[in-house]
Formats: sequence, structure tokens, C-alpha cells
Amino acid sequence: MFHAVKKALLGAGVAAALAGMSAAADAKTELTMYYPVAVGGPLTKIVDGMVADFEKANPDIDVNAIYAGNYNDARIKALAALKSGQPAQLSVMFSIDIYELIEQDAIVAFDDIVKTDEEKAWLDSFYPTLMQNGRTAGKTWGIPFQRSTIVMYYNKDMFRAAGLDPEKAPATWDDLVAAAGKLTKADGSQWGLMIPSTGYPYWMFGALAMQNDQVLMNGAGNETYFDAPATVGALRFWKDLGSKHHVMPEGTIEWGTLRKNFLEGKTAIMWHSTGNLTAVKKGATFDFGVAMLPANKRRGTPTGGGNFYIFKKTTPAERTAAMKLIRFMTSPERAAQWSMATGYMGVSPAAYETAALKDYVKTFPYAAVARDQLKYATAELSTFQTGRVRKALDDAIQAALTGAKTPEAALKEAQATAERFLKPYM
Amino acid sequence: MTRDAMRHVYGWLLLTPAAILLVAFTHYPTVATVLDSLYSKGSAIRPSRFVGLGQYAQLADDPIFWKVLANNAWFALGTIPASVALAIAMALLVNRALPGRALVRMAYFTPTILPMIAVANIWLFFYTPDIGLIDQVLSVFGLPGHNWLGDTATVLPAIIAMTIWKEAGFFMIFYLAALQNIPPELGEAARLEGASRWTYFRRVLFPLLMPTTLFVLINAVLNSFKLVDHLFVLTKGGPDNASNLLLYYIFESAFSYFDTNYAATLTVVLLALLAVLALAQFFALDRRIHYW
Amino acid sequence: MTAPAGAGGRFAGALEVSAAWLLAVVWISPLLYALWAAFHGGAYATHFDPTAPLTLDNFRQALDQAPFLRYGLNTFILVTMLLAAQLVLCTLAAYAFARFRFWGREAAFALVLVQLMVTPEILIVENYGTLARLGLVDTITGIGLPYMASAFGIFLLRQAFKSTPKELEEAARLEGCGVLGVLWRVYVPLARPTYLAYGLVSVSHHWNNFLWPLVITNSLETRPLTVGLGVFGAPESGVDWSIISAATLLSVAPLLVAFLLFQRQFMQSFMTAGIK
Repeated sequence: MFHAVKKALLGAGVAAALAGMSAAADAKTELTMYYPVAVGGPLTKIVDGMVADFEKANPDIDVNAIYAGNYNDARIKALAALKSGQPAQLSVMFSIDIYELIEQDAIVAFDDIVKTDEEKAWLDSFYPTLMQNGRTAGKTWGIPFQRSTIVMYYNKDMFRAAGLDPEKAPATWDDLVAAAGKLTKADGSQWGLMIPSTGYPYWMFGALAMQNDQVLMNGAGNETYFDAPATVGALRFWKDLGSKHHVMPEGTIEWGTLRKNFLEGKTAIMWHSTGNLTAVKKGATFDFGVAMLPANKRRGTPTGGGNFYIFKKTTPAERTAAMKLIRFMTSPERAAQWSMATGYMGVSPAAYETAALKDYVKTFPYAAVARDQLKYATAELSTFQTGRVRKALDDAIQAALTGAKTPEAALKEAQATAERFLKPYM
Repeated sequence: MTRDAMRHVYGWLLLTPAAILLVAFTHYPTVATVLDSLYSKGSAIRPSRFVGLGQYAQLADDPIFWKVLANNAWFALGTIPASVALAIAMALLVNRALPGRALVRMAYFTPTILPMIAVANIWLFFYTPDIGLIDQVLSVFGLPGHNWLGDTATVLPAIIAMTIWKEAGFFMIFYLAALQNIPPELGEAARLEGASRWTYFRRVLFPLLMPTTLFVLINAVLNSFKLVDHLFVLTKGGPDNASNLLLYYIFESAFSYFDTNYAATLTVVLLALLAVLALAQFFALDRRIHYW
Repeated sequence: MTAPAGAGGRFAGALEVSAAWLLAVVWISPLLYALWAAFHGGAYATHFDPTAPLTLDNFRQALDQAPFLRYGLNTFILVTMLLAAQLVLCTLAAYAFARFRFWGREAAFALVLVQLMVTPEILIVENYGTLARLGLVDTITGIGLPYMASAFGIFLLRQAFKSTPKELEEAARLEGCGVLGVLWRVYVPLARPTYLAYGLVSVSHHWNNFLWPLVITNSLETRPLTVGLGVFGAPESGVDWSIISAATLLSVAPLLVAFLLFQRQFMQSFMTAGIK
């Protein structure tokens, strides 16, 4: 009896799945994809172009891309749409949103969608470091796409003027301080270095901590190490750049206007996302270089950027279509095209093996810096309650940089706050 | 039904469409906010549950909450007296014969009709260190630049300055209206009695403008709670919450941390503050009758 | 202030004129700066060189990068629809309060006035939930709905209707006008200045409103200018000064031009609306 019911249910399920598939064959499958770029950034056009190519290759699938603003906006909008029952099948969202999305039961693991061995192999075709933020609890939830690391941009003309070797970027913290010292002009018209501390302070800080050989959280996303001695040391170094070495402006440095500062020659070195590479290349009126971030105990940078997620409230047909789209967008050729157009990374080794990207790297070697740096990279700060935990760290960093608190006190507070929010997840 | 009884029917029929919307978007959400503040944050994995005043206890322990509350107070104290004083000065200046009076008045008033978000975009370019306009002007005089929005000590004053610029012209309008109702003979009489202009202002004009001042004050205080648009562009409440305001923190809690219940708790605090203001207005209006 | 006579007075007068003008220049300078940045190339955004060539390129790029025309249309639809709804709803409610002594009138009026304090932007969280349940998230109607019954409008129109002489109503009734006929023939025409004032204030307010539209809209098809500008001005990879200035001007231009043309009406309206 029990068996019969189960069988009937199974049968119904299969029938529904088949119905879904046949419906897909007849009618178009509509996909709504949320995408985290400001409407208007030049990125919109590139994504639109790739989507159009996809639709041409797959006439049975319609993709509606919604450009929702920054990562935060995109997550808010996509989740809000899901809650209110509006269509949303997939999204590129912050890679670090993974725990929040799992907790909201909003996304489905790719392991539960992939069927063939070929598809399973595809899951392993990306750079493993880029997969760190997409995997937890033994499953893969996010596929890397709009991914970046932090790199060091520097003004070679200024290096020359200061008597530094323009082909040799500072490789250690000590080198960095020394070089920046030479590059800083006493009248304040030119700074040696700027590391942005608004927008995503925790991200820049992840790099400094990693260079001090300290990660910020565990793999399960329920523990943070904000007050570890090496973490405190990293923050002290950041603060000292401004208040002790005087090679960087004191206080916080605006993320959004930093590129302009660099292009205007107000700073000789900036740390920024690789996502800026193409824009800097277009805007620079001087000879510039791109290098890996320097090392203290080791080199290090967090990865950053957005992953593809598929939402749970989707029909089998929609999931299949979404998979098609994601595989299309992350295919080596597309990843290469995307990387060249934006400066974001090619997400798989195969992308850097394509003829197009190989040629590009040959003429513009800086396009490969982010890739080469990957072997030193670690996951970006991501935990349960990630918004709050991140804010605790952001506030601590800004408090230390503005001199409101000492690095020790600020980070101790941040750690206590994080522990309070993470307690239920231990 | 008699014609007299019909007035109840007509009255309510006429009122109903507006009443439905008012209840749906003002009264119902107010009550719902209070109820929501008694429950914990819910997610698919951890359903929301009744916690009584637990959220309020959390609020009392939340240093950011106290910080934004203090910021709101400083923001109000910083913007209101200055913009009211400027508004009076502006009104007096353009209420007299003045070459190009219409132009001057227009210049004062123009910020009022610009959206705060656009204003913030423009002012961001003023405050940006080194390449911003203010630092460039300072460097002309050989003065060092300053990181206006990146320093916890100057970020709130910077935002206050911008808000004063935005609001003074708006308040000026009400003073202009009031001044036009004051008979010019009063000034003549004061002059004949040898009163200085300052005495005339302090003893005669300012008291006569009192009702306007009260009205403007209430508007200004309300605005100081509602104006957060610029934070989206300028500071996102930073650095270290130095420019964060209550309504922005509510937005963050609800839409960045998905903690609608904590946001509800914060909203209740805001509603309580507004209720106090409502009472203040009630008494202020009482005084106003005394003057007119 | 009436200026006292005499040489000292004339000096004080000249001082006041200069002060007035200086303040005016300071006050308008942010806008002038935006104009400068918008009409010059990026290299001149922070360098003031009177010989710098003028260009429309920033506007072209802003329009190319984001659909500001569409945003403008959205804003236009929003303020028009909202104003129409406000006028109808507030007129009816104000008429009820002004001319019908119905049961519960005082209490109802007090409840209406609550909205003067507790405006919809304070209740974004709950109102978002309500609109989600109504399926109106990401619609222009959704942006407008919480503001349609405006306590401010009801209050203003009630004042205007109350000051209308009762005799006019009696006369209209004798001519056979019904309840709505009286409203339409007598009260509405006589309150025209109030309508104009309220209309201008409402349009400027909603043209500039940001927080609630930000929360409730997701897509190009609904986003008003302010939200479009907010999203545009905060891109992930840095601010392009001149283009943002151009975008900012594009967003404020329609209202600004209207203001410059109808200055007097604008200021008069804000005055009327403020003085209850």
C-alpha cells in the first residue's frame, strides 16, 4: 500500500518533469537573470551582447537580464523578487552571499542539477581558488563568472621620476613603504599609495591579512579570526601607512573616486580590483604597470566578485535552460572575451588557453597578473549573517584608519560582534 | 432617511477612497511594525518566533543604534539653527530693493527643487580629497587638503553643510511670506523713535516672525529624520558609522541584512520620536494662536 | 528691512547688496560647477581653464550608458498619475471634512493628520511587504500608491473649501446641483490657487523622491530618474566625474527649466502650501 503511493507519487513527478520538458520544446523557456552591474556601466553592453549571442544559439530560450546596481542591490532585488513571486531563475550575485542564500533557502546546489559525468567534470574545470567561495557543506552552489582579485596599479612615469625601476614593482611590505616614501611629495600634491577603505574595506583587508599569513574566517562560515595577532598586525600596518609613514592620506579613502585619483596622478600606486584594468588602460595618459600585491610573510589576496546561482523556485526545464546559459557564459571562449573586455579574470585555465586570450596576453601581459596571483589567493570574507559580520569588520577598519580606535580595540570589538551573530550557527 | 442623516453617508462615502489608502499605507503598517518588533528574524531555516521585548534589549546593546541616534541629534542641531538663521537673513536681504532681486532670490531657492541624490553627486566632487574642489581651492592658498568624508570628525559637519545649503532657501520662502504681511509702517515708526536696525529686528521683527519660525522648525526637525538620500551616494553611513542616520540604518537592517524584525524595532523608535514631535507641534500651534 | 537714510545707511545698504550677491553666487556655484563639468571633457573636470573646449560628449555617453530618457518618461508617468490620483482622492476627502458633519469626523481627521508625521518613507519595510502581497513590486503604480491619499493635500483643500462662502453653495443647490455637482461647480473652481500650489509642490516632491522608489523598483521600465541616477552614480568600478555631472543635469533639467520659467508660481506655491 505504502509502496503503491510512493510509486504513484514518483510517477506523477516524472510525468510532471516530462511535461515540463515537452513544454519547453514547444514554447520558449523564459529566464530572468539578475545581474550586478550599474545600468550603464559599459559592462551592461557586454553582457547584453553575450546574452544576445546565447539567444541566437538557443532560439528556444529567452533571457531577460535585469541590471540591478551593485552587488548589494542585486541581492536585495533578486531575493525580493523571489519573495514576491516575480520570476527569477538565476542571478550573478556576490560570491560571498552564499550563506545568506542558503539560509534563505533561495538557491539550489549545482550537484543536484548536473546529471552526466561530463557536466560533473565541468564543475571541476574552474580555478579551484575561485571555487572556494562557491562551495560549502560539501556542495557547489556558485559558478564563478565576474571574478577578480586585487592587484597593484602603479604609475611608471612617477617611478622613473622618483628614481625607481619602473619594471620592478615593490614585492614586500618594506619595499612598498620605501618606494611609496620616495613617491610621496611633501606638498601633498602626490601620494605614494592609496588603498581604498570605503565600499569594500574588508576585501582590501583580506589581502593584508593574508599577506600576514592569516585568513579571516573558517570554511564553514561560522567562525572569524578578527582579533588574531596577525590580523591586528595587518590593520596596524594599513594604519601606519597613513599615520606613521605618511605615504598615504590619513582617514578613509573613497573606493569610487580612487581610479580618478590614480588617473589624475594624485597617487603613484593604487590597490584596486582587476575589474578596473580595462578602464585604467583606456583612461591612463601615462605609462602604467600592474603587479601582484606585495608580500609580508607571504603574498596574498582574496578573490572577489560574482558567481552564478540558480534559484530553487525553478522548474526542471528552467534549470536546464539556466545551466545552458551558465555553461555558455563560462565557456573558455566567452570567458576569454569577457576577460579581455573588462579585466575580470578568465575563470578557467582553458580560457587562458584560447587563441584570443593568449594573443591578448602577449600584447598586454598585465591581463595575466590576476591569474598568476591566483596561486596565492584565498576566499573572500564570507560567513553566515555575512552582512552584519562584514559591517562589524568594515567599521573596525574605518575606526582604526580614522584614529577613532586602536587596531587592537577595534578588531576585538568586531570579533565580539561577529561571535554574537555567529553563535547560533556553531 | 432624512436629508440630515444623509450627511453621515455622504461624508463617509467621500472619505472612503482616501481612507482605505491611508489605513493601508499609514495606520496598518504602523501597527504591523510594532507587532513585528516583537518577533525574531526569520529565515527559511530558522522561522521567526515571538521574543517579546528581546529585540529592544538587543537594540539597547547595539552601539550602532546609539551612534545613529546621537548622529541624528547632531545632524538636527547642526542643520536647523544655521539654516533657519540663514533663511531669515536671506528673506531680509531679498525683501528690500536690490538690483537683480529676482535673480538673487532664484539663486537662494534653486537648491530646493534639486533632488538630494543629485545634490550629493555634485557635492561629492567638492569633498573628494586632493582632486575635489574644496581641496583645490585650499591648495591655491597654500593650505593642505583634507579628507572631508573620510574623517570621522568632519564627515557629519560636511553633510550638515550640504544640507544647510539645500534647505535654507526653502525656509526663506516662508519668511518672505511672513515679512510681506508685516506693515512697513512698523519700520518707519521704529526709525522715527531712533531704534537701531538691530533693535528693530530683535524687538519687533523677530517676535513677529515667531509663528513662522515655529512652523519652519517643525518642518526642519521632521526633515532631519527623513533626509538620508545623500548617504547612498556620499558615505553609506561611514566611516565607522560616523555619518549613519536612523532611517538609513533601518534601510540597511531591512534590505542589507534581511532583518526586517530588527528594522521594525528601529522603526518603532523612530515612530516614538515622531510622536513626541507631534505633541511638540500641538503645543507650538497653541502658542501660534497667541501671536496671531 | 527698510533702510535708514543717511550716508551710513547708504554704506550699510551697499554692504547688504554685496552680501546678498555674494551669498547668491556661493549658493548657485554647485550648480554652475556641475554645468562646467558636464560640458567639458573629463580632463577639465577639475581644472578650470576658460579656454577649455565645450563638448556634448558627456551627455552622449550618459545617454548611451543608461536609459535616462526612459527614466524621465517613468518619472513623468509617475508624477502625472500620482497627482491625478491625489487630486481626486484629496478633493473628495477634503470636501467631506469641510462640508459634512458626519459621525466620527473629528477622529477621522486626526487619523488623517497622522500621515503628516508618519510619511510613507518611514514605513518602507512594511509597505514593501504590502505591495509584494498586492503584486505591485516593480510597478510605477507601486511607487505612487502609498502617496496617493495625501494628508497634506486633504488638509490644504479642506482649508480652501472651508473659506468658500456657504451662500454660493446654497445658490448652486437652488439651481439643482447635487452633492458632487456643488463640489464641481463651486468648490473646485474657487480653490484653483490651492490646486496649483499643491500640484507644484507634489510634482517637485515626487520628482525628487528617492528612498521609496529605490526600494520598490527593480527594472529600467519602472525606475524613476532619481533612482536611475543613484544607481548610475555608484558603479562598482569608479566614478566618471564628467559623465555623472551630465547625468545629474539630465535628471534635474526638466524640473529646473520649469522652475526657471515659472519661478514666481513655484515660490508662491511653496509659500501657499506652507502657510496653512
